Amino acid sequence: MIFHDCIRLKWPWIAIGLSAAIIIASVACRQKNASGKLAGNISYNFHIRPILSDKCFVCHGPDANKRAAHLRLDIQEAAYAPLTETKGAFAIVPGKPEESEMYKRIISTDPTYQMPAPESHLGLLSEQEIARIKKWIQQGAKYERHWAFNKPGKPALPAIEEKEWVKNELDYFIVQSMEEKGLTPNEEADKERLLKRLSFDLTGLPPGIPLMDEYLNDASSNAYEKMVDKLLASPTYGEKMALHWLDVARYADSYGYQDDNIRSQWAWRDWVIHAFNKNLSYDQFLTWQIAGDMLPNATKEQMLATGFFRNHKYTEEGGVIPEEYRVEYILDKTKTYGKGIMGITIECAQCHDHKYDPFSQKDYYQLYAFFNTSKELGFEGDISQSKLAKKPVLEISKEEKEQLLNFINHKDTGRLYVSVMGELDTLRKTYVLKRGAYDAPSDLVSASAVKAIMPYDTTTLPRNRLGLAQWTVSRNNPLTARVFVNQLWQEFFGKGIVKTTGDFGMQGELPSHPELLDWLAVDFMEHNWDIKRLVKQMVMSATYRQSTKVTKEKLGIDPENIYLSHGPRNRLPAEFVRDMVLASSGLLIKTIGGPSVKPYQPKGLWEAATSGRGVLATYQQDHGEQLYRRGMYTFIKLTVPPPSMLMFDASNRDQCEVKRLKTNTPLQALIMMNDPTTLEASRVLAQELEAQQMAVKEKIATAFRRIICRKATDKEMQVLQSYYDEQLTLFKNKQLDAAKTLKVGEYPLNEKLDANASAALMKTVNTIYNLEEAIFRS
Amino acid sequence: MLEHGLTYNRRRFLSRLSLGIGSAALGSLLIPDLFSGDPAEAVLAGLPKFAPKAKRVIYLFQNGAPSQLDLFDYKPLLQKMHGQDLPASIRMGQRLTGMTSGQEHFPLAGSVFKFGEYGHARAQISELLPHTASVVDDLCIIKTLYTEAINHDPALTFFQTGAQVGNRPSMGAWLSYGLGSENKNLPAFCVLLSKGKGNGQGVYGKLWTNGFLDSMHQGVQFSSGENPVLYLNNPESIDKADRRRMLDKLAVLNEDSYQEFGDPEISARIQQYEMAFRMQTAVPEITDMSKEPESIIKLYGPDCLVPGTYAANCLLARKLSESGVRFVQLYHQGWDAHDNLPGQIKGQCKDVDQASAALITDLKQRGLLDETLVIWGGEFGRTNYCQGTLTKDNYGRDHHPRCFTVWMAGGGVKPGVYGETDEFGYNIASNPVHVHDFHATILNLMGLDHEQLVFKHLGRRYRLTDVAGNVVKDLIA
Repeated sequence: MIFHDCIRLKWPWIAIGLSAAIIIASVACRQKNASGKLAGNISYNFHIRPILSDKCFVCHGPDANKRAAHLRLDIQEAAYAPLTETKGAFAIVPGKPEESEMYKRIISTDPTYQMPAPESHLGLLSEQEIARIKKWIQQGAKYERHWAFNKPGKPALPAIEEKEWVKNELDYFIVQSMEEKGLTPNEEADKERLLKRLSFDLTGLPPGIPLMDEYLNDASSNAYEKMVDKLLASPTYGEKMALHWLDVARYADSYGYQDDNIRSQWAWRDWVIHAFNKNLSYDQFLTWQIAGDMLPNATKEQMLATGFFRNHKYTEEGGVIPEEYRVEYILDKTKTYGKGIMGITIECAQCHDHKYDPFSQKDYYQLYAFFNTSKELGFEGDISQSKLAKKPVLEISKEEKEQLLNFINHKDTGRLYVSVMGELDTLRKTYVLKRGAYDAPSDLVSASAVKAIMPYDTTTLPRNRLGLAQWTVSRNNPLTARVFVNQLWQEFFGKGIVKTTGDFGMQGELPSHPELLDWLAVDFMEHNWDIKRLVKQMVMSATYRQSTKVTKEKLGIDPENIYLSHGPRNRLPAEFVRDMVLASSGLLIKTIGGPSVKPYQPKGLWEAATSGRGVLATYQQDHGEQLYRRGMYTFIKLTVPPPSMLMFDASNRDQCEVKRLKTNTPLQALIMMNDPTTLEASRVLAQELEAQQMAVKEKIATAFRRIICRKATDKEMQVLQSYYDEQLTLFKNKQLDAAKTLKVGEYPLNEKLDANASAALMKTVNTIYNLEEAIFRS
Repeated sequence: MLEHGLTYNRRRFLSRLSLGIGSAALGSLLIPDLFSGDPAEAVLAGLPKFAPKAKRVIYLFQNGAPSQLDLFDYKPLLQKMHGQDLPASIRMGQRLTGMTSGQEHFPLAGSVFKFGEYGHARAQISELLPHTASVVDDLCIIKTLYTEAINHDPALTFFQTGAQVGNRPSMGAWLSYGLGSENKNLPAFCVLLSKGKGNGQGVYGKLWTNGFLDSMHQGVQFSSGENPVLYLNNPESIDKADRRRMLDKLAVLNEDSYQEFGDPEISARIQQYEMAFRMQTAVPEITDMSKEPESIIKLYGPDCLVPGTYAANCLLARKLSESGVRFVQLYHQGWDAHDNLPGQIKGQCKDVDQASAALITDLKQRGLLDETLVIWGGEFGRTNYCQGTLTKDNYGRDHHPRCFTVWMAGGGVKPGVYGETDEFGYNIASNPVHVHDFHATILNLMGLDHEQLVFKHLGRRYRLTDVAGNVVKDLIA
């Protein structure tokens, strides 16, 4: 924890004047008597509020109902005011820590007097935290507005030494903070690894041998940029970009809850892929999803986009109280908007004023009011009356699918139904719900966005979702661009500039590179919210192109690679692990979109968990091409999500998610070794190579290159060749059974080929799939 | 070099997870290998503030909500008033589910089953549960559990995660996080499913989710199929020796990659493959029932040899728990008797009675009951009035959240009967136990303070007990 604090200390623009000694390394920090070393200016936003927010605001913060001793420490005037319960005393006396009651209490050892009070279980402040607070009070105890709620400005590029290395503006900011840490950037990654990284990051697929050759043989100075442009133009780019948005939108193929029957929201998913591919600007992308149905002369495509707010779960459990669930659905929409688009934890204000951020419970219900006028019902009937979409429903005809909405992949000739947004004719009133309970309405409120972020100007904005959309994508909104830029940064660099992707509030992490975040956000807006341009900017940077090699020294100074002094090695997301296997083996069917599919899955999973009702009570596995579709098209039944996806940390799509965990478990090893998908792919690739006239060595080398996306080293070839030889002998001697080995998956077996050789090569290919590097892009 | 990597890796884990309670509480499937020294010690450092009474939990969840009025909460008044309306003074306008809120009448339905008095506590137990009655002196029967939800999905989710909605960690995930695993070849949190013939309600992966905790704390579902744990079995053509050959080559190749890139994730991956290999031996040993003696088969009943039955799951639960699995969660579906309750509940009780009691007896004879907490119960209770048509000997019962019965045994609980409901069996007369109180008490038995087992996620400190819950001291021996 101390370690974290140290890291936090050195934001470039505040670190000015901070003693370099503090900044350097964790070990040094631990040993230091911090109070003696704190020089320069203490910033409220970056040094003090994280402490107050974490340790004080629960009882002395924005929540009026839980406020202790009438004391509020999150607002300057209140903190300076005379204390009501201790006559003649003040919580904070600017310039005088010894006279400040708050300071006296945080240094006290008397349990009846000290703060935080022992019964809060918040723990006492560390010496360093105390020292900072002391210094801050000495310097006048000045408060500042929370950084994320200030409109970002576009900072000038910082002056740096290492000008040779930088490729674009982003690098200036990165290099500057590296230089302050005494770190130097890595050289550019080798071409093969760089292309693999780029290809997975832009398309979620391996580059394939032709593209690898093209790049390796292209000696021109803009060879890399050519690859970037090529991949950005590929339709698989839209699939890659959509995946994150499907997590945000909690997209699934079933209704969730009790009986968990099938629904048909996939046409909305096809639209998301289409929107990224045609590079719909982010402001339009959001506007359509928030209020596409309310735009003047709204097109069906714009209405379809509003499916975003209808992807959450719907109950079909008999006997529910409809209003309880209708309210639940509006709460979910509000939360998704807050977390996914605004990067705030607004849902904390559902039952009471927010404990840390300046969001009152009234603010919450004013935001909720935008969604509360939706036509939808809390309950349309139990599973016996289940339909593929719930009111309001967008009907899409065959003709529309063939023309305006031709991005929808639907072979059926019938009509298609999607749940979308639609307003009631007579608007429903919204009340603050006491304790967040659906049956406890209190004060009447009208729709408005969170004023602490940006006032909602009702002279220009209507009080409906269209107004909310306009407010959201206003150039003055301090959060929208920052939050999205940060989500994309996370996609390419492994973690956000603000690590708490879903929380830009006071309890969130501070940005590691605040000026870079602001520069990117403003530049993004200045360039018409152009997503492809932003993506290209990121992947063209020298920062992105660095080798991932890491030295002990770098690990020592910056073990989490916050300063990006080397490229991030990231494990592929769950869906792309599958895609990698299918693509490299040649099995992948590249069709985009359409109804979700049911590939191989361990037997009995749906059956064991079902109520027995509905069409999803049993798992009806698909056959043929449907077995080989990309991971993002695997059917997501909410109550039993695809197990191999969950084991690789995919979202269970129960709620809006903006960040996936990245774990490394034995269950992942078991999947890579025993999942029939990987075994079948190993066989198919082995047989494809076996059918060709080439030496064994060349077969192994080709498989390696297709899977790992680089040429194998001599040592690697040696190890794999020896494994192959050993296996071949075992098969020939009947110590292992070739026929049994090859019998996996539904893809036809080529019986003309020698079974022993096929099996030995299959085992070798399977070993390559199990290399750590196979599921990493480095 | 490998050790160097692991050290860094552990540090990265610790900083990555932003633990709320120092560096404790990181245990389970994956972690023990990453700590140098004694894993158990490293995991437990600084956590429990008092000596745990129980080390492990086996939770026999009766999914769908068994009728307390036909099993444990005997109400002669209902038999006397059979067919008469529930007085409004008792119902007090409380909310009902949509299934009966439209009924014009709420005719009381007395149980058709006989009750007897058993044990020191003179507990009333229905004739449907003779085996349970035989172990009554080990049971702590709580008649006054109550919950806030009136529908299955939110009620189940509330019981398992402490919140009706949201993607919060399940109780087993919390304990895996808080206490880690005692066996480094098995997951800390295992889930076993079975089904009765009664009206069923589904179970869902989110009930054993890790929520925002690391996914190593997710419940690992054991299935009765050929693969007891998903993807565990090698293909038929690969035996142990052959798997070893592959792993040896893999280790060489991965180690080279580690030497070149220095990423600790690479060495961690090597370790995970080794752990997977060990699980491939450990899990089949556990799930193999063929070596169980005749006396055990007799105790649990012949069903315990039929994989996927409740009885088989109870026996497997004992074996897993005995091997150090922290939390074994069973679900038995089929208790949702909205109609024809007398018929349905007979079958359900036949499924679970003998094996539940056998589990108590078996743990006791192995000297494990003292340190193993066994819990039996559903997500809410059932109404004292009839849903649908009432006849002399047939009725259905709707969901009832205001009082229901759960029993616990072993693990430091005090045997006896706790709490009283009113004579209608509708409201609680004394000693209510809220779901949060129940969770707080379970954590206390495990040596954990429910207010201190926290995880900070998106700026908020989360607990299994949300922001409430009191330890019910009278339940603790």
